[in-house]
Amino acid sequence: MSDDAPRRPWLEVRGICKRFPGVTALDGVGMHVNRGEVVAVIGENGAGKSSLMKILAGVQPADSGQIFLEGRRCQLASVEQALRLGIALIHQELNLADNLEVGANIFLGREPRRFGLLIDKPRILRDSARYLDRVGLKLPPTRLVGSLPIGRKQMVEIAKALSVDARILIMDEPTSSLSQREADQLFEVIRDLSAKGVSIVYISHRLGEVKELAHRVVVLRDGKKVGELRRDEIDHENMVQLMVGRQISQFYLHRPHEPGEVVLTADNLRTWAYPHRSCSFALRRGEIVGMFGLVGAGRTELLQTLFGVMPALGGSVWIDGRKTAVRSPIDAVLAGLALVPEDRKQQGLILDLTVRNNLSLTSLRRDQKMGFLNRARERELARDMVRLLKVKATGEGQVTRLLSGGNQQKIALGKWLALHPRILLLDEPTRGIDVGAKTEIYSLMESLAEKGIAVLFVSSEMEEILGMSDRVLVMHEGRIFGELPRAELSEQRVMRLATGQLPEAA
Amino acid sequence: MKKLLGIFGIFLFVFVLTALLSDRFLESYNLENLIRRTALLGILAVGVAFVIITGGIDLSIGSVVCLVGCGVPWLLVKQSCPLPWALALAVIVSLAVGLLHGLLIAKLKLQPFVVTLCGLLMYRGITRGFTGDQTQGFGTEYKGLRQLATAEVPLPFVEGFGIPAPCLFLIVVAVLASIFLNQTIYGRYLLAMGQNEEAARYSGIRTDRMVILAYVICSLTAGLGGILFALDVNSAQPGSFGNFYELHAIAAAVLGGCSLRGGSGTIMGVIFGAGLIQVLRNMITLVDFIPSHIEYAVIGAVILCGVMTDETVKRIVRRRLFSK
Repeated sequence: MSDDAPRRPWLEVRGICKRFPGVTALDGVGMHVNRGEVVAVIGENGAGKSSLMKILAGVQPADSGQIFLEGRRCQLASVEQALRLGIALIHQELNLADNLEVGANIFLGREPRRFGLLIDKPRILRDSARYLDRVGLKLPPTRLVGSLPIGRKQMVEIAKALSVDARILIMDEPTSSLSQREADQLFEVIRDLSAKGVSIVYISHRLGEVKELAHRVVVLRDGKKVGELRRDEIDHENMVQLMVGRQISQFYLHRPHEPGEVVLTADNLRTWAYPHRSCSFALRRGEIVGMFGLVGAGRTELLQTLFGVMPALGGSVWIDGRKTAVRSPIDAVLAGLALVPEDRKQQGLILDLTVRNNLSLTSLRRDQKMGFLNRARERELARDMVRLLKVKATGEGQVTRLLSGGNQQKIALGKWLALHPRILLLDEPTRGIDVGAKTEIYSLMESLAEKGIAVLFVSSEMEEILGMSDRVLVMHEGRIFGELPRAELSEQRVMRLATGQLPEAA
Repeated sequence: MKKLLGIFGIFLFVFVLTALLSDRFLESYNLENLIRRTALLGILAVGVAFVIITGGIDLSIGSVVCLVGCGVPWLLVKQSCPLPWALALAVIVSLAVGLLHGLLIAKLKLQPFVVTLCGLLMYRGITRGFTGDQTQGFGTEYKGLRQLATAEVPLPFVEGFGIPAPCLFLIVVAVLASIFLNQTIYGRYLLAMGQNEEAARYSGIRTDRMVILAYVICSLTAGLGGILFALDVNSAQPGSFGNFYELHAIAAAVLGGCSLRGGSGTIMGVIFGAGLIQVLRNMITLVDFIPSHIEYAVIGAVILCGVMTDETVKRIVRRRLFSK
């Protein structure tokens, strides 16, 4: 690895600010990227990494701040403009058309033409072969993108970026859904590009990768840049210290719980995500169980199968010792389950309904008077819930869309509390919400567990998993790869299991 | 409420305009007719409103009107079927049609447009088949039954003007529909799943049952409308009876504030929408300088303007909400 990559400032940003309703995503962030340099941007979820990347790639404009390219002030108002200046974003969700060939994808929207009308296919094949070669991808440009595994799709994305002569590639969690071998290939390509003068801005929360790849590390926390590490300073301790920067204990008010009897047992449950893998585990009254895993490990699908959103492919679920067939969410609700889904805007809430109508949606059935709405009960319930959850809204009649993410999340959770579920499933309960709302959700989880509710929460935030769980289930590629009681929790142990390695001896 | 004001405003404007342009418009004979036609279309429009609120569409209404409207006189006159049996059969057939649409859409996940388009073709074809493509009517019999559509209920202090009987049907249908939509949990479920079906399902709502229910309601009102239309005109030609009624009904519902994306709509608005369409048609017939064969062009243009205004207002409101 060339530590002495040529150091000519290529891109520099100063004082970047970005606010969303209720959250300051970025607060005066500055950073620079030199030619041929691999700069890693790290930070917890919600630290502002993705916002910063979107601004650099022209996806969204900054509220304030300056951007300089080779020392000249410039604007990044749109993706097209960023691309023209040589900045390309490799998306987390890949932006390729599955129904088109590799070559056609690389030149999508910029097809070389013959007679100004017809697509010059031979030229596409010739040129795309060259770009595929640069990313070390040996496949014919006529392959359908849809038939490629995800790691190769990513290479196609990179080839596409190179084809527009991108000199800065921004990669947002590029390895999150790659196998180890695919990731190694990606690193190979990154090093190769870096040596050829292409700069890489690399976002990841896998610190091992960062250590291996980065020439420099920029650390964000709560929308601010809290530090920068030079090549020789990059090690695990330094990074974690800057990222977290606070004592875990002051944030997570974990109190040990006395788990009661088993309320839910999953027995060899198989989901659509991994039809040939099965999961078995049990939940007890009054415990908080964290579920960790890398993106694509099948956690969300497991929760959705438990809740009846997706059909189970096999296995059984036992609730209170009785085998329970959950074919649709209503079956799960009647059995005492509740799910706060990961995608709160699409699945958790109906954004254009009022706060009151969202909160009451689940309990209308219970409170009905022979099919008629019980409006008095509905109003009372909404009022109580808004007070209990400290929802910041102009009133229960406010349209839910207008609330901040944290307040929306409280409502997505609150709509279930009125039903007094006995098993609460939470999928990424604090994703994209501000720190204040986070602590409130945590203390709510605590008090629900104390009341004897079994809480199972899926999270990708290591801190949260370590801080909140009485017990952690770690998923890896569709199965529960290991289980750690609170006393044995450590970041390394959880990570080892999540990456499919057996825990170290002793 | 604001939405209702919008459609009421347009309705009033076109109403007054027509009254100014034609002195025959306000004659009681014409008004009675106008109310009768509004009521008949209104019944269909209220039904389709339920489907539109769930985010679906029903293109088969006109053909269901034809199926039931030709089927009932055919049973009574040609088959000498007893009246209760004929009416019961009409209800069963409408119900079955709605159930079929609902099941195909909710369970087999077929697109509403395709399912009901096939319905549109099938029911008309079936009707032309069993009637031998012969015009159906009640002839001079069933005078009492025909009163259901043709009678006028005299008003206490007004001479020479009565409320057409279909209007009473519309009032009953509208009141029931309003109560169902606004006062029952099922109405709330319909509105909720029209906004976001996925979130409704995640909330434990049996969304497929609600979809089926909406199509059943729509076909039932179409069947009721079919009987009343047939009683009204007393001559139903299987090849043309009910043609385009689904489009008028959908247009009325859309004018009345039902977004085709689902999730919104009021029954009163839909009725004013039906009224607007019928006043427009009336205007085109009465006002001399509008050639009557451009009817569809006028109606189409008015609907387009209405929807455009609505969308623009919505966008402005949304922007204002967010800039707060």
